[in-house]
Amino acid sequence: MDTVTANAALAAVFREEAARLTALLVRILGDFDVAEDIVQDALVVALERWPREGIPDQPGAWLLTVARRRAIDKLRRDVRYHEKLAQLDQPERSASDDRLRLIFTCCHPALSREAQVALTLRTVCGFTPDEIAAAFLTSEATIAQRLVRARRKIRAAAIPYRIPDAGELNERLGEVLAVLYLMFNEGYLTSAGEQPERRDLAEEAEWLAALLLRLMPTEPEVMGLSALIRLHRARARSRFDAEGRLVLLRDQDRSQWDRPAIAAAADLVVTASRLRRPGPYQLQAAIIACHAESPSWERTDWLQIFLLYQTLLAHDPSPVVRLNRAIALRYVSGPEAALRDVDTLREALGRYHLYHATRAELLRELGRLTEARHADAAALQLTANPAERALLEQRL
Amino acid sequence: MKYVLLFGGTREAQQAWDTMPDDVRQQAYTRVEQWFRENGSKITGGYQLQSPGTATTVRLDGNGGSMVTDGPFIEGNEVIGGYAEIEVGDLDEALRMARTWPGGGIVEIRPVVAR
Repeated sequence: MDTVTANAALAAVFREEAARLTALLVRILGDFDVAEDIVQDALVVALERWPREGIPDQPGAWLLTVARRRAIDKLRRDVRYHEKLAQLDQPERSASDDRLRLIFTCCHPALSREAQVALTLRTVCGFTPDEIAAAFLTSEATIAQRLVRARRKIRAAAIPYRIPDAGELNERLGEVLAVLYLMFNEGYLTSAGEQPERRDLAEEAEWLAALLLRLMPTEPEVMGLSALIRLHRARARSRFDAEGRLVLLRDQDRSQWDRPAIAAAADLVVTASRLRRPGPYQLQAAIIACHAESPSWERTDWLQIFLLYQTLLAHDPSPVVRLNRAIALRYVSGPEAALRDVDTLREALGRYHLYHATRAELLRELGRLTEARHADAAALQLTANPAERALLEQRL
Repeated sequence: MKYVLLFGGTREAQQAWDTMPDDVRQQAYTRVEQWFRENGSKITGGYQLQSPGTATTVRLDGNGGSMVTDGPFIEGNEVIGGYAEIEVGDLDEALRMARTWPGGGIVEIRPVVAR
């Protein structure tokens, strides 16, 4: 095995096993900090030995053995030392995967969104604080502080470590999906920084969504989000040109798209829709599937896309969704109708670069070139993403 | 797990409460009393407070000196109208209680320091 393959295999095992082990330890020890420290130590040992000795047949059991040794040191002063140790010796298999509890606790609404994201990346995905800091362009100290505060609140305010009851499940699942969606968006097209796309965060979000889908196989919105992320990632290769500039959907080379992945994700959207509990993620996935399955830009089913945005607006009446509906309207009723619609959003979206970029395109189509240039300049001022800036600069 | 629920609202809401017709206020009281009855087994104490206009604030300078001012210490538009001490299993249970509070406004859930 070459080093790259070996590292990739190691990363995959870590991702699968680290969260499982953390979740188990949190359940037994009842303490996030201690559990994370122990897992971190165990991973360091594995990192030293696995590349030399090979990945063990049962990596989870191997890690648990190492973790157990560390736990004994940490637990000595615990009043329930023997009881907890016994559980570590024969970990009781809980009815459901512990990782699901871990995810729900990390995404508890009593934590800020920032804390939810940091905690999920740390405990479920096994990111180190400096990896999280790099992903969100902030300092390691800020992330460490955020994690400390979040764990302290979990303990002090007794945020429970469990899967929410049926009555609360929808709302709580909404929090989890929002965290994954933010993670994905941040990774897919970052709002600032040198790299236009951080593959890691988007990949992590895809993995988390797939994990959530395995753990909750009958939740249509989980299917929707998972499909949405896969549909985006299946087309990722054609999004940037050789110089790192963003390529618009219209100009993308569709032969580079991963057709089997697109078909599988589109199937998932259909399966979700059969459950008859529509929601914003399913609708967004359906819209992206329309684009992804279309053989060319010219043959896009814009009426269908317009109608899907119309339905999405009923679930999510936000100005950004209205902006996207207006873009679809351009291909159903023409640029004049679309511009009329876009212009009603000035107050809500005046600080959003895509509002100005969309106006610029519509104005250019209508031959109002001076106004179009002004709109492009306004868009340029409002985005820090290098790939988007390059595209806008080219237009000006 | 012990928490204190702090019931708050805006000054306008407080004034509306103070000036509402007696029968309307009575109805509102009935709903609040019913909430206290339904959650009786989890409530270990608490009071409705008199209006913020009756509050007096003492600020200590840490060197033995102090300054007394008229009014509540929270600045801004929010006022505390009352509190309840509760004993429940975890934050989710406290959240369920707070969500059904019939008094409207804001409910802050604070765990207490256990000694």
